[in-house]
Amino acid sequence: MPETVTLEVTRYSPERDAQPSLEKFEVPLRKDWVVLDALNHIKDKVDGSLTYRWSCRMGICGSCGMMVNGEPKLTCATFLSAYTRGKPIRIEPLRYFPVVRDLVVELSDFVTKLTQVMPWLVRKQEKAIAEGEYLQTPEGLESYRQYAMCINCTLCYAACPVYGLDPVFIGPAALALAQRYNMDSRDQGAEERMAHLAHPEGVWGCTFVGECTRVCPKHVDPAGAIQQYKIKAALDWFKSFVMPRGEQ
Amino acid sequence: MNTAKAPSAYTEFHPRWYRKRVSTWWWLGSGPYLRFILRELSSIFVALSVAMTLAQLWALRFGADAYSRFQESMRSPWLMALGVLTLAFTVFHSITWFNLAPRALTVRIGGRRVPEIMIALPNFIGWAAVSALIAWLVVRG
Repeated sequence: MPETVTLEVTRYSPERDAQPSLEKFEVPLRKDWVVLDALNHIKDKVDGSLTYRWSCRMGICGSCGMMVNGEPKLTCATFLSAYTRGKPIRIEPLRYFPVVRDLVVELSDFVTKLTQVMPWLVRKQEKAIAEGEYLQTPEGLESYRQYAMCINCTLCYAACPVYGLDPVFIGPAALALAQRYNMDSRDQGAEERMAHLAHPEGVWGCTFVGECTRVCPKHVDPAGAIQQYKIKAALDWFKSFVMPRGEQ
Repeated sequence: MNTAKAPSAYTEFHPRWYRKRVSTWWWLGSGPYLRFILRELSSIFVALSVAMTLAQLWALRFGADAYSRFQESMRSPWLMALGVLTLAFTVFHSITWFNLAPRALTVRIGGRRVPEIMIALPNFIGWAAVSALIAWLVVRG
């Protein structure tokens, strides 16, 4: 008989339950199985009503983020064998987000905030398409490439106690992406973004817990981006104070 | 316009979404969170060490007798314990502060980011040099 592992999976049906509960499932412990494989096994063979998000299965789409034993993880990149044998593995929805059903969380708040920081190239005057692309140098790309790797998986939000305690905080991923475009030499929207970033719900809300960086599966380092932006915001304020009519 | 205060336009139509309240004791759940809270708490002890130094200088201002009385009062077991605790937290605060410095300060030379250790190390060397100088001045009498 093959070795098995117990998964304790959050179940929540908004029509039936007042609050979520844990349901245990016994799944085969295969060396090449990630947590997502185990969830797919449950859905295919045991209980088709289990609800969760997934898509690419290769750490790119960012949709299969869940809490695995209390840690935000991409379940497609988290092997069952990484956990202690004989002990159950607990799978819960991403922390700090409202739960829609079972392991599915509501992400509208994140998407709204992401849009606010304008994570795209802002130009004061767009050039005609016939004039060609806005070109970037390899050196320029290198300066912000790290932040451009974000896949919007929101693991960093589930790791950020500031977001949990104060949901108006814009949050790590949106701030890191704002910084990515601020550092892009082709972008001219830094001043517009400053309105959303340099206030208590923006970068100043961050207390530098640093967990967002630790849990990021793409090594984006949102915490570093936020601290760098704090320095920039402080310098801009100082410049406006010293040279009120000068160029900022 | 900042619309960050409106979390989602759909929330009010979905009262059945489950929202878990964050516990007051959230920081006891994991090592990194506990270290973060201790780091924040260490600021109080840094302020306390500054207050103690100012009190010491204040006593010095009123002459040798006043300074002796201050030194005598600092020998109470409670204040000595507080002093040890303050030193421990101040050292912890300094180490965490210098370790975080490279994350906030990115320096690029020739298009390449300077390694984090090269940002943190000068801080630690400066800290050790200043501490050694103060120790030398104190020991020299």
